[in-house]
Amino acid sequence: MRYMHKAWKQAVRAARLMVGVPDYDAYVAHRRAVHPGEPVMTLAEFHRDRVNRRYGGGADRVMRCC
Amino acid sequence: MAATRLHEGSGHALAPRTMTGRIGWAAVALTGAVALGVVALRRGETVNALWIVVAALCVYAVAYRFYALFIARRVLTVDPARPTPAVRRNDGLDFVPTDRNVLFGHHFAAIAGAGPLVGPVLAAQMGYLPGTLWLLVGVVFAGAVQDFLILTFSTRRDARSLGDMIRREMGPVPGTIALVGVLMIMVILLAVLALVVVKALAGSPWGTFTVFATIPIAVLMGVYGRFIRPGRIAEMSAIGFVLLMAAIVFGEPVAHSPVLAPLFTYSGPALALILMGYGFVASVVPVWLLLAPRDYLSTFLKIGVIAGLALGILIVRPDLQMPAVTKFIDGTGPAFSGALFPFLFITIACGAVSGFHALIASGTTPKMVASEGDLRAIGYGAMLTESFVAVMALIAACVLDPSVYFAMNAPAALIGTTATEAAHAISTMGFAVTPDMLDQIARDVGEATILSRAGGAPTLAVGMAHILSRVLGGQAMMAFWYHFAILFEALFILTTVDAGTRVARFMIQDLIGSVVPAMKDTSRLGPNLAATALAVGAWGYFLYSGVTDPLGGINTLWPLFGISNQMLAAIALTLSTVLLFKMKRQRYTWVTILPTGWLLICTLTAGWQKMFDPNPAIGFLAHAARFADARDEGRLLAPAKTADEMGRIILNDRIDAALCAFFIAVVLAILFYGVVNARAALASDQPTTRETDDAVHA
Repeated sequence: MRYMHKAWKQAVRAARLMVGVPDYDAYVAHRRAVHPGEPVMTLAEFHRDRVNRRYGGGADRVMRCC
Repeated sequence: MAATRLHEGSGHALAPRTMTGRIGWAAVALTGAVALGVVALRRGETVNALWIVVAALCVYAVAYRFYALFIARRVLTVDPARPTPAVRRNDGLDFVPTDRNVLFGHHFAAIAGAGPLVGPVLAAQMGYLPGTLWLLVGVVFAGAVQDFLILTFSTRRDARSLGDMIRREMGPVPGTIALVGVLMIMVILLAVLALVVVKALAGSPWGTFTVFATIPIAVLMGVYGRFIRPGRIAEMSAIGFVLLMAAIVFGEPVAHSPVLAPLFTYSGPALALILMGYGFVASVVPVWLLLAPRDYLSTFLKIGVIAGLALGILIVRPDLQMPAVTKFIDGTGPAFSGALFPFLFITIACGAVSGFHALIASGTTPKMVASEGDLRAIGYGAMLTESFVAVMALIAACVLDPSVYFAMNAPAALIGTTATEAAHAISTMGFAVTPDMLDQIARDVGEATILSRAGGAPTLAVGMAHILSRVLGGQAMMAFWYHFAILFEALFILTTVDAGTRVARFMIQDLIGSVVPAMKDTSRLGPNLAATALAVGAWGYFLYSGVTDPLGGINTLWPLFGISNQMLAAIALTLSTVLLFKMKRQRYTWVTILPTGWLLICTLTAGWQKMFDPNPAIGFLAHAARFADARDEGRLLAPAKTADEMGRIILNDRIDAALCAFFIAVVLAILFYGVVNARAALASDQPTTRETDDAVHA
């Protein structure tokens, strides 16, 4: 059962990362641990930021293939 | 997990250590050999597709366990303890140490596109055997090696891009040459993918309706994910998926309605213009509105369809109808012209080795690699999976009756436009068929005709419908599955067209910006619109010339795409070779020199033949000369109806020939700089490359 739960969690994370959205909880944990006291984006802000980052540009942002 | 990571480090022997391991791997190798033997040698009786699946899986397993491990330990000396960019620069956003399985999914989704689906379908005209063998040999020794090496080199250089690495390791001139080359490859890629969609949708109101419907569906999803429930990707995608299925179901009454059907029935040239207009608008409007939601839909649909097709093949276990080898290995085939060498390798392209992956493997993935111990699974492993997708596409094309396959892939100039003419022409090729059979297939999939639907997508769709309808729904669901497959391919091709137009725009702004600084500003509307127009104009030109091409377009553009893609792979492998020399690991450079040499031989031969072959079906200049001669005599050759159109066809041929010359020049230039750099590195008695790890990082 625990294994199934872990596999499901991984699948969800993989699905989100496939479209360029990394783990929000990990982001929050990272900000709290490394930059305590500094602002943390809300889920909505985080999502907007990632969407802009993925499609927003830079010639090196080839994010899908032929 | 810890045990597996340890396994990855250097210092251990490559052979399995336990007796069970040795026996197990011997069994896998033996099974693979038997399956390959059946696929390759059985003649006169039909071969089950499962044999190909088993052979492929065994080859992948052995290659991954032994060859990839050899590369990891001996060639690259992968060190799981060495900090990766994700660890050193963790910011919770771009640089995030990511679980190996999760990152595998990300990387695979980024490299898997339409290429491995279309290429093998076209290559099926030579039979299932040549394609299968190259997909297996190519991925093991070229494709997966390239992906693995570039991913590793980028990870060790702060996740630098391919262009950046070429510039820093080989010099600014080859860096710029490579960048211009990549831009042109991008243009051809977008044109040929758009052409695949046009070929699939021309004269098909059902297909066109469902694909058009994806635009309002995406906008709805975009608004939902932006304002109503921000960031709820699963909810958005579920809503989108349900609406998408509804669009397929409603497509049928639309196609049969005398009022609505004409609204969604377009000729090829009209669709090409619509696509260009769409591509322009889609890459200027905000990304959250159209591009992002379509990306979600197409990505998840793609993964779902790949899994579904794999299950379908396992459940149905179809027999291969296509012969192992057809007479068309001599180069007279209807889907594409040119002999087995070099055109089979050019045509299969992505499923065996794809230069484009070098861009992905030096993009976002190296920023998230948690440990060097994961590189083999992600770099080599994901490419093996991509190859398996290509094998499944080949199977889907080969389970069709060969006569149906050739009816779909031969141009109208060869088989005519009615079922009677086509049945006669195809029977003459040696594949007996009646007009009724061809009509019946068209009725089954809900289309007016299946004749001359080149481009791979419709053939794959019929093959998938053939397999999936035997799992779910039977004959009655065949039309649904066909249009589902068409929609799935069109959706993710169009997402690539959107995204690719954007990337091309940034590249153009970057390149022109080094001369005209005002163009560099990506936030201002003027430069954006100008660069987008240039990008769309470039691929649109090739798309339109493909749609109006006398030989059907795919025959012209797919080899150009294949050549350019394989040349990019040769460039990436040349960089890898130079880096191995610079690391003073020259005794292992055969690992990259072997595939580089083969790719150079294939692409240079193909490029040369596309320019100078005396057969007008192969050589662009011969084709131009034929039209020029006719024009001088005052004759018109189909499909041209005026002297002007004759002139345009001649011009297109010459531009295509010039493009071949350009690709050849690019790859030879990179090869020259590669040799210069390798010699310099050999002359030095210590490593001459700098990996980020050498520097102290905060």
